[in-house]
Amino acid sequence: MLRINNLTVDHGAIRAIHGISFSVEKGQLAAVIGSNGAGKTTLMRTLSGLKGAENGTATWLDHNLLHGKPEHHVRQGVSHVSEGKSVIAQLTVEENLDLGALWRRNRVEAKATKEEVFTLFPRLGERRKQLADTLSGGERQMLAIGRAYMSRPALLLLDEPSLGLAPLVVEQIFQSIRQIVDSMGVTVVLVEQNAMGALKIADYGVVLNLGTIAASGKASDLIADPAVRTAYLGF
Amino acid sequence: MNQFLDMVLIGISAASIYSLMAISMVLVWRSTRVVNFAQAGMALLSAYIGYELVARVGNFWIALPLAMILGAAFSAFIEFVLMRTLQKHSSQGAIAAIAPIIATLGLLGLIRATIGFIWGHADVLLEPPLSKVGFTFGETTIVMSPMSLFVLLFVITLMIIVSIIFQKTNIGLALRASAYAPEIAQLAGIRVSGIRTLGWAIAGAAGAAAGILQTVNGTGALSPESLEFSLLLVFGFIAAVIGGLESLPGAVLGALILGLVLAAVQIYISGALVFIVAFLLLLLVLIVRPQGFLGSKAGRRA
Repeated sequence: MLRINNLTVDHGAIRAIHGISFSVEKGQLAAVIGSNGAGKTTLMRTLSGLKGAENGTATWLDHNLLHGKPEHHVRQGVSHVSEGKSVIAQLTVEENLDLGALWRRNRVEAKATKEEVFTLFPRLGERRKQLADTLSGGERQMLAIGRAYMSRPALLLLDEPSLGLAPLVVEQIFQSIRQIVDSMGVTVVLVEQNAMGALKIADYGVVLNLGTIAASGKASDLIADPAVRTAYLGF
Repeated sequence: MNQFLDMVLIGISAASIYSLMAISMVLVWRSTRVVNFAQAGMALLSAYIGYELVARVGNFWIALPLAMILGAAFSAFIEFVLMRTLQKHSSQGAIAAIAPIIATLGLLGLIRATIGFIWGHADVLLEPPLSKVGFTFGETTIVMSPMSLFVLLFVITLMIIVSIIFQKTNIGLALRASAYAPEIAQLAGIRVSGIRTLGWAIAGAAGAAAGILQTVNGTGALSPESLEFSLLLVFGFIAAVIGGLESLPGAVLGALILGLVLAAVQIYISGALVFIVAFLLLLLVLIVRPQGFLGSKAGRRA
């Protein structure tokens, strides 16, 4: 399970996260919601090793997430899809996917995983030889998730996959994320500004506000909570 | 007609060596965002090592690949020791962008001084292993000699090998990904810092080949203050910029354009104008098409 305890992170001179604690059970989908500047992206970058923490602990199973670089964490089963459709535009769809499995040094397994990705996102299979640059926003997001999945993660960190996408596409991507959790047993932490959409598919929810936890609990309870509804869900 | 053929042959011959230099500049730029002025010194050092190896082994064909391997090792060492240290200690602000470039300038001086210290300041001679007399067809002798033909074929072979490595292998994919988007490559599990060192190593091998081939294709004379090597750096850099500084095919294209234009100037106008025209060409490209011919705007922003 993912355990975060008293985690404190600075962003430059500003304290972005003030000693937050929460945990996510294995095989669950946790949504971290909150407005712009709540510290969501900083949290994800810290968990994947792109950023250092000032204080506290964060562990996945018995692996310390606050020590080591991202390429180290990937080898321990933690993959991060960073904000803004993290694909490499100059590479083809297939190359972007292959990239995620290079470190595994096993072509046969990588090929099998790639077929799984194409089953999950058939549009990527149709465009495998195209440059990622030519994909639509939704397809890019699918590719970014697919690339992370190629590393066979046990814990997947997704930063705002819905950013800039049409509602119908967002729904499709959210369903695929749920499918990754349900049929492949991956634990997912989903950071979202689209709070309602994220909570609807999530098992567990954390509401971040200015670097502190404003509310947390079962996703369905959060949706029903009047305070959360008015402040974050907009009705 | 004959003059035109000479122009093309001289142009292509020069272009083959510029392209090696351009490729080594591009590889270093792509992997660490550093313009490596020490490349001229590293190529010169490799040429001296080639000279030393020929003297000891007595065989140019063994000395050439050996010197390339040593050039790769030296370049990797520079990245590992100098560049990583600089990046660690000046990671922010303008100084982070400038410090490595100034360091490569300092390194250039250091290498030249070291060469003078070891081999002296008088010219040494790296003998060409093949004839430099042009091929003769009936009555006419062309400017292409066995030596320059070998240089051309060797460079073409190297280019094919490099493009296969970059386009078809896992290492090549890692090299490209780390160049285009280091953070995403890292998140995908690529050990980006090791890949950077590898980029420098390949650049070092290409630079070493450029240094040796330029020497045996030219007068064969080597000196620590060699003007030819400064020009090689400048022309290699101009070729890289014409091609967009990001792109390997661009570097080769830039070298071809530069080589042919300079050969045309030399044959039809005057050899004295070569340097001026090279700089005018650089300025023209920077004004009209600053991203180069095969570079991407996105790449230039990064």
